[in-house]
Amino acid sequence: MISVVRFGGSNCDRDAARALDAIGVEAEIVWHEDGLPADTDGVVIPGGFSYGDYLRAGAMAARSPVMDDVRDAAESGTPVLGVCNGAQIGCEGGLTPGAFTTNRSARFQCEHVNLRVENAETPWTRAYDAGEVLTIPIAHGEGRFEIPDDELATLEDEDRILFRYCDADGNVTDDANPNGSKGNVAGIVGDAETVAVMMPHPERAALPLLGGTDGRGVLEAFA
Amino acid sequence: MTLAESDRERVVGELGRDPTRAEAALFENLWSEHCAYRSSLPLLSAFDSESEDVVVGPGDDAAVVEVGDGLYATFGVESHNHPSYVDPFDGAATGVGGIVRDTLSMGAYPVALADCLYFGGFEREHSRYLLEGVVEGISHYGNAIGVPTVGGSTAFHEGYEGNPLVNVACVGLLSPDRLVTAEAQRPGNRLVLVGNSTGRDGLGGASFASEDLAEDAETEDRPAVQVGDPYAEKRLVEANEELIDAGLVQSARDLGAAGLGGASSELVAKGHLGCVLDLNAVHQREPGMNATEILLAESQERMVYEVAPENVDAIADLASKYDLGCSDIGEVTGDGRYVCEFDGDVVVDAPAEFLADGAPLNDLPMDDPETPPTDYDLPALDEAFEAVVASPNTASKRWVYRQYDHEVGARTAVRPGEDGAVLALHELADAADVEAADAPGMALAAGANPNWTDCEPYLGAYATAVENATNLAAVGAEPVAAVDCLNGGNPEKPDVYGGFGAIVDGLADGCRDLSIPVVGGNVSLYNDSEAGPIPPTPTLAVLGTTDSVDAPGSALAGDGTLLLVGGHDATLGGSELLAEFGGSDAFPDLSESAGDVVATLASVAGEAHVSAVHDVSDGGLAVALAETITADAGADVSVPSLEACFSEAPGRAVVETTDPDAVRAAFDGVADVVELGASDASGTLTLDVGGETLDYGHEEIAAFRGTIADAME
Repeated sequence: MISVVRFGGSNCDRDAARALDAIGVEAEIVWHEDGLPADTDGVVIPGGFSYGDYLRAGAMAARSPVMDDVRDAAESGTPVLGVCNGAQIGCEGGLTPGAFTTNRSARFQCEHVNLRVENAETPWTRAYDAGEVLTIPIAHGEGRFEIPDDELATLEDEDRILFRYCDADGNVTDDANPNGSKGNVAGIVGDAETVAVMMPHPERAALPLLGGTDGRGVLEAFA
Repeated sequence: MTLAESDRERVVGELGRDPTRAEAALFENLWSEHCAYRSSLPLLSAFDSESEDVVVGPGDDAAVVEVGDGLYATFGVESHNHPSYVDPFDGAATGVGGIVRDTLSMGAYPVALADCLYFGGFEREHSRYLLEGVVEGISHYGNAIGVPTVGGSTAFHEGYEGNPLVNVACVGLLSPDRLVTAEAQRPGNRLVLVGNSTGRDGLGGASFASEDLAEDAETEDRPAVQVGDPYAEKRLVEANEELIDAGLVQSARDLGAAGLGGASSELVAKGHLGCVLDLNAVHQREPGMNATEILLAESQERMVYEVAPENVDAIADLASKYDLGCSDIGEVTGDGRYVCEFDGDVVVDAPAEFLADGAPLNDLPMDDPETPPTDYDLPALDEAFEAVVASPNTASKRWVYRQYDHEVGARTAVRPGEDGAVLALHELADAADVEAADAPGMALAAGANPNWTDCEPYLGAYATAVENATNLAAVGAEPVAAVDCLNGGNPEKPDVYGGFGAIVDGLADGCRDLSIPVVGGNVSLYNDSEAGPIPPTPTLAVLGTTDSVDAPGSALAGDGTLLLVGGHDATLGGSELLAEFGGSDAFPDLSESAGDVVATLASVAGEAHVSAVHDVSDGGLAVALAETITADAGADVSVPSLEACFSEAPGRAVVETTDPDAVRAAFDGVADVVELGASDASGTLTLDVGGETLDYGHEEIAAFRGTIADAME
């Protein structure tokens, strides 16, 4: 069973469960105060505005008790995916390095962007080819990835970057960078490749009737 | 503002004594134009509000219509005009919050928002400041509560300089067994207040909304504007969902205008019951509030529920789960009296129905609007094209909707920027087990064009109905119901009230001829300032259904014949062309068979040979064609005259098809179908107008259409 953790203010929890269901993966929404169920085989920290994004996006949820469960699960190899606000929580909670902060535009942006698959050998990207271009939506006001240069170099050396924002032909350019993320980074894995965070929403690109299924490959890590 | 002398006499006559301070304040607010519709109610009987799909019509927090087997939708619209002038960010944000709670109180889960925004001239810095703040406020609130903003409109007109309009519509979904109304059910039940604590914010908001905006309103009236907390609203959405799941709610009402006093008195009055409230029991944010403040504060994110006494603890537990305040504030009674106690004294004791429905209606004089004369000079063709396509009214609104999360909820199949939004109804697909790529859906279109109603209020409003219905048809949907937000100036001015009366009649007749029941709405008068009255503005939101969310879209495929359904028109009244270059004309004549055109277009849009459909509206055929051009697809078309390029006669659409005869056959006896030319792979619009030819590449067109983003970034 995949646990989709709902905080007060989460708003992509139902969408994540529906997308998982569409690819035949059983998921249930778990209220954060109830803790992770014992039969959890995977964890999604969904998008939204946990604790209203007050203080700093993801900061308060990252310090809530359920995150101790999530860290324990991650350490024991259970796949954990943080999407959007879940990615902010993941970085704030130390699951992954770096931070997501205010977009270069200083505005909320909801649009479809292109992502280039950087490493196709992780559980999250095994369904894709390296260099493949995906179209997946973003919807965030604080999605600009920031990290010290040396830590970014480490991520690159260790092949831990999952996706970079790119143009339709796969070129990683500043014009194709929607939020000013350092190195156009859109998603990374933690120390273990079973832990991933990404700002784009794979669950919004999983139902054929909504115009695209490029995000399914990410969710197939839970299959 | 205080209670008018004639109202005071009426209250004294009914109570047999002078009202207390709290009663006087309650009557002043509940009998305000904003709450009691004193000047508009006499006009609203013009609307037909019934059909076999209508479950709950006007008069509740939101209307309820059936959108499929075992699936209901709630539908409502609200204005937050004055607050958005004084404080655009918070004014617009709390407008979203209010209409979402109207959805909750019917037992529904909110799934879509549409915002119709009207500002003064775009070239004015003040208009752009308001646009920036309003859009940011909607974005801040709507995105955080997880309700996608999928549509709406943005218009600029000098008449809104001193008084912008922010109209917000919300759609929710529920199964029939979840339906709750705002009608108190049984004496002995408890009234429970759930949500934010009550503070001194938004005091007198209802009466503030019922006066003209003063020149110093931005500083003087700021305390009347509430500040929203979307995080609390989101928790209220989820708590409400669980309360309904558990069957704990007998009736519900959200706290909006006139706060607790308004919601609780209207709830019990609707059930022909009364109540006794203990105002000291209300959970409060600040100390020392008096009875009047507790009754009338418009603190946001609060709901009042009628609950069986044995379920009060269960409600409190659920509220506590979501960190929401909860107080048991009183009991429903059978004597029809609305009684409030505070510090051991009875501070209000009045008949509930007298309070809620006793306001005398106004019978105000009206001057009928006149048809403008035909008097204009035509500009050069290229000048006309470039000015109209680049006008902020017709230009791309991407800068606006990119700031709204329009995809949360995983339903948005047709996104903003198209004629109407289409949302997948997973509930029906799940139930019917249909192939997911071809799921049933509902469609939403909303807006009004102030140039149209400024030109001729009756015809402009009629055309607003046709235009919104055509938007739905273009995405393959048939209308089910509409809600309206009727915005007018000061009704005490006969010419202003005459214009308002005309938009009411025009909208009512238009909807009737289209067989669209008008199931609810909102009226906002006194949109008047030093700068004068607003143009009468009949915002209409129309909800439709479709068997398939797969709609053709407005972008050309680049390999077909281009047809104009509805034929050419050469009348320029209400057009963006005259708004840009000056002059006047009558509004175009309207087809009497708009309903048939809409139904036929909806059906044609679903045909395999149709690859693009785009309705002709703001800016006329020239703008409609420009909007269909992409990097990969162009068009080569002929139009008989400059007037025909820019007339905004509604109920028309451009259709790209590989089988033009089939389209002609479908519209035989319904509407004229004119062949405009053909689409191609050029990425260029080649437009021949009576022998003169214009050529614009897609990049040039995109540059013209970038007016708003260029100015705001």
